[in-house]
Amino acid sequence: MSGAFTKSMARNIFYGGTTFFFLLFLALTFDTHTQLPKRDMRQNITPQIAEGKKLWEVNNCIGCHTLMGEGAYFAPELGNVIVRYGDEGVKAFIQSRPKEGIPGRRSMPQFNFTDEQLDAIVAFLKHVNSINDANWPPNDQG
Amino acid sequence: MQFKSQAVAKPYFIAAIGLFVGQILFGLILGLQYVLGDFLFPEIPFNVARMVHTNLLIVWLLFGFMGGAYYMIPEEAETDLFSPKLALLMFWIFLVAGALTIVGYLTVPYATLAAMTGNDLVETMGREFLEQPLPTKLGIVVVALAFLFNITMTVLKGKKTAIATVLLIGLWGLAVFFLFSFYNPVNVVLDKFWWWWTVHLWVEGVWELILGSFLAFVLIKTTGVDREVIEKWLYVIVTLTLISGIIGTGHHYFWIGTPEYWQWWGSVFSALEPIPFFGMTVFAFNMVNRRRREHPNKAAVLWALGTGVMAFLGAGVWGFLHTLAPVNYYTHGSQITAAHGHMAFYGAYAMVNLMMISYAMPILNGRAANSNKSQVVEMWSFWLMTIAMVFITLFLTAAGILQVWLQRVSDTPLPFMVAQEKIVLFYWMREWAGVVFLIGLILYIASFFIGGKEEAAK
Repeated sequence: MSGAFTKSMARNIFYGGTTFFFLLFLALTFDTHTQLPKRDMRQNITPQIAEGKKLWEVNNCIGCHTLMGEGAYFAPELGNVIVRYGDEGVKAFIQSRPKEGIPGRRSMPQFNFTDEQLDAIVAFLKHVNSINDANWPPNDQG
Repeated sequence: MQFKSQAVAKPYFIAAIGLFVGQILFGLILGLQYVLGDFLFPEIPFNVARMVHTNLLIVWLLFGFMGGAYYMIPEEAETDLFSPKLALLMFWIFLVAGALTIVGYLTVPYATLAAMTGNDLVETMGREFLEQPLPTKLGIVVVALAFLFNITMTVLKGKKTAIATVLLIGLWGLAVFFLFSFYNPVNVVLDKFWWWWTVHLWVEGVWELILGSFLAFVLIKTTGVDREVIEKWLYVIVTLTLISGIIGTGHHYFWIGTPEYWQWWGSVFSALEPIPFFGMTVFAFNMVNRRRREHPNKAAVLWALGTGVMAFLGAGVWGFLHTLAPVNYYTHGSQITAAHGHMAFYGAYAMVNLMMISYAMPILNGRAANSNKSQVVEMWSFWLMTIAMVFITLFLTAAGILQVWLQRVSDTPLPFMVAQEKIVLFYWMREWAGVVFLIGLILYIASFFIGGKEEAAK
């Protein structure tokens, strides 16, 4: 870099540029929050869905699965699993996991959920499936 | 070393390397679980091993950042550390908290751990990378604040160089953005939106300031190039980092329920994110080419050049590969993401810490550089780990391309598990590359124990 461009100029551009773009990011964040109610289906969130989200978290489902593409890539996407299996199919799958796993295959733990807990998990997954996420994933396979 | 208090960096560096070994061992377990699905099941299910792998990564990098700061700040500020005792106390608190957390992950089912540690009070657990129980999260805040207090007071009582200032901004940013990990609304879209304020603004924001500052410090020390020149470069690089990286957060807002304009903002700004990384590569090579002295620690210079190149490849090139929204629509949440994550974290943050440790450890042990023999082994470890990581990334990329094709693009999309079985060959090759990486890491540690005569300054 030539001598005309000094360190103090670089410093000023750093502080100025960072401040400007952070403020722009805040403005976009604000705008996003005004638009989200139309997309995130918050009006439908029930205590049961909240319970389902908590179960999703405290069993660390994201440690193997993705949800709207975020998480681990060891097991299938679950944002649209309701489309693939249906309510009853999802419950039956979770319930039927053998405690010791399936020999040689990737296995999901047996969590011993109650019926209410299974209903809550399904309610949460249905809620996620209803969110307007710009048509992702590309197809039902997730 | 110039200041006695710099010595507190040593336990931080040792702990960092120890946890790094743990991270890699769990990485190998995960790699095996990808090919032998029931390996260690049900004792250590994949999600637990992954949590250990990623959390150890975060914690060892934080140990490295703190050790690096404790080493560097006294030299930059030209004054002893404000409180070496506080630094040592925080070291033990952080180490014990970290160890207990890992033991908790491995010995108790996660849901039980959550119940035991007060997750019902403030629900923060079970989100990727932020799985730590509440007491651990609070511990991180306490340790971070005490650490920041310590180094900020040191800078305030001493010289305020640009390198120290950039580091302080990076570290304060790290602490501030971690606070978003306590915000977990029941609305999953909001949850995901703010989760990125910790995760993205860390690794594609403020952490890059820490990276740039460490790199600038080691380049000044090893090349003897004028501070004015190096600091000017540093400012330019961190400017490019933040003007691209802050709004670049938008590349995570494509498919999580956020408005569709993020596909434009995120694509355009994150497409610029490789530029600061390219700047770092050019910076490192330029300064080394213009060096005014031959520093005896050649291994540290190699790490400095390496981190420039690998951060550009891993974070820059592999990030760009899948960051444009129309591409990301197909690659989102696939093995492509995993490929990028591995090389980016290794190239940017693992390597910069290894660079700092490589530069500082000999000095902390009372010599300018290790013996030639020791450095040769260290350079072998550099190449083994780096080439292994290149292959891990290539194999995961190949797996990812096939996965995306089989599962999302083809006319007859296959179910996830069917597609996984078809790409298992690449997972096997990734695992073998991981074994080579471990050998490299063992050599790295071995290099510290090879004695011999100190390499003389020329």
